[in-house]
Amino acid sequence: MQMPSDHAASHHGIAPHRCGECCTTLRDVGARVGGRPVLEHVDLHLHCGELTAVIGENGAGKTTLVRCLLGEIPHSGEVHFLDAARRRADSPIIGYVPQHSSFDKDAPVSVLDMFASSLAGRPACLGVSSAVRAQAREGLLRTGAEHLLDRPLGALSGGELQRVLLGLALTPVPNLLVLDEPMSGVDHSGREQFYDLLSRLRREYDLAVLLVSHDLATLARFADRLVFLDRRIVCEGPPAEVLRDQRVRAAFSLELLP
Amino acid sequence: MSAVLLEPWHRVLSALPFAWTQYEFMRLALLAVLFISPLLGALGTVVVANRLAFFSEAIGHAAFTGIALGVIFGLSDPMWSMVPFALILTLVITWVRRRGGLSSDTAIGLVMSFTVSLGIVLLSRGGDFARYTNFLIGDMLAVTPRDVAWLAVLAVAVLAVFFFFFNRLMLASMSPALARSRARHSGAAELAFASALAVVVTLGLPWIGILVINALLILPAAAARNLARNTAQFFAWSVGISLTAGVIGLVVSFYASSATGATIVLVAMGIYVFTFAMRRPASS
Repeated sequence: MQMPSDHAASHHGIAPHRCGECCTTLRDVGARVGGRPVLEHVDLHLHCGELTAVIGENGAGKTTLVRCLLGEIPHSGEVHFLDAARRRADSPIIGYVPQHSSFDKDAPVSVLDMFASSLAGRPACLGVSSAVRAQAREGLLRTGAEHLLDRPLGALSGGELQRVLLGLALTPVPNLLVLDEPMSGVDHSGREQFYDLLSRLRREYDLAVLLVSHDLATLARFADRLVFLDRRIVCEGPPAEVLRDQRVRAAFSLELLP
Repeated sequence: MSAVLLEPWHRVLSALPFAWTQYEFMRLALLAVLFISPLLGALGTVVVANRLAFFSEAIGHAAFTGIALGVIFGLSDPMWSMVPFALILTLVITWVRRRGGLSSDTAIGLVMSFTVSLGIVLLSRGGDFARYTNFLIGDMLAVTPRDVAWLAVLAVAVLAVFFFFFNRLMLASMSPALARSRARHSGAAELAFASALAVVVTLGLPWIGILVINALLILPAAAARNLARNTAQFFAWSVGISLTAGVIGLVVSFYASSATGATIVLVAMGIYVFTFAMRRPASS
């Protein structure tokens, strides 16, 4: 279990806003699922302060890429995490926001319990210490969700749950923030607010963010870089450029977009 | 040694003005209930939250083969073969589940059918199966002072494992992906818990019975889920309900001359129905 270190607002001692030095590097990454190649020859740099969005059709390997980064499945090639001094960080802190559809709505679990079971040594069934409670509140403050601290998870709306999960992923402040389809099942205004928040946090904490999403229209406004994945990287670059690419337009039937 | 330690217990209880406290077997049975029911209630929270009910059912039923192996090897106490067999089975089921390919319930179902059938075939050779029916319904009144001592040691060891891995298991029950991203060895937590569960279920079988022990794992936690709003309440309710059902069931079984395990289950079921009626809606 990773111990929290909440000094990262000043990002490795360097002033916020694009230290530009630390990054996550993927070199020739490939992965197989059930013997079938799902991901091949992926080269990618994720810079701090930058929001990189991975788009692609179902089965294009987006979630597999996330699972490689989290170290959940074996992969070929190399993944390096470099800190601001360009040293290899062997056990980087990765904040992860899962798809909320995977939550059990009826479980007797409060938001605080979720933080406690992620952070504390003391088993959450014996109550939560005031130190962990303060830490959880601080995490939720970052995403404007502190009023949800004692609510049961099942009572949260989709948008509220995503704020809570984002707050958890930022406790402690990670080297890399990974979000997998965070907005499935959240309405339009909820999405806009969430991406606004994400953009603000990325600048504030100088976070490297990797986001997997289908939400092209919103990504076009919020992402710094789009990566179109179809087992390998087909094209990448600024959103406006990638969304003009014929292969992307064909895959997403983008004739409607300007 | 344990008999000496138990002397004050016997003295205090036999001074109570109840018919049932006048019997030594009832006083020992009460002590066993006071140890095993909170233990089952505690483990039940993770069993229910992590959907391990079918797994624990399979471990209980696999005892048929565990007992048969003890008979074949000529062991004085079948426990010496039942516990190792339950642990091996835990490893096999965990491995099959992790390999994937088979869905979890199919994998467990296959293993359970095999061990139940094999055990029944081995035990029924020569028409002797009736000797083992005690294991089916359990005999709480056969508890010895030595059993109680073992139970106390077991309770401490199992609770240590339980509390150590609780947070990881709880997070895994909320979101396996999230749990894996926060802790490197969530697989180890699952295996450790499953092993502790297998040992508790197997050791509880001779008293509570193969047919009903799983209910004691599931019902208190299921009832607690109806009342609790957070993890601490969930745990406290589950342990409390299990303890209440255990003590009431034991006393009722004395006056009704019924099997204790099944009587406790019926009391727990009654509590479950009551909590279901009181249930607060999950979403506001």
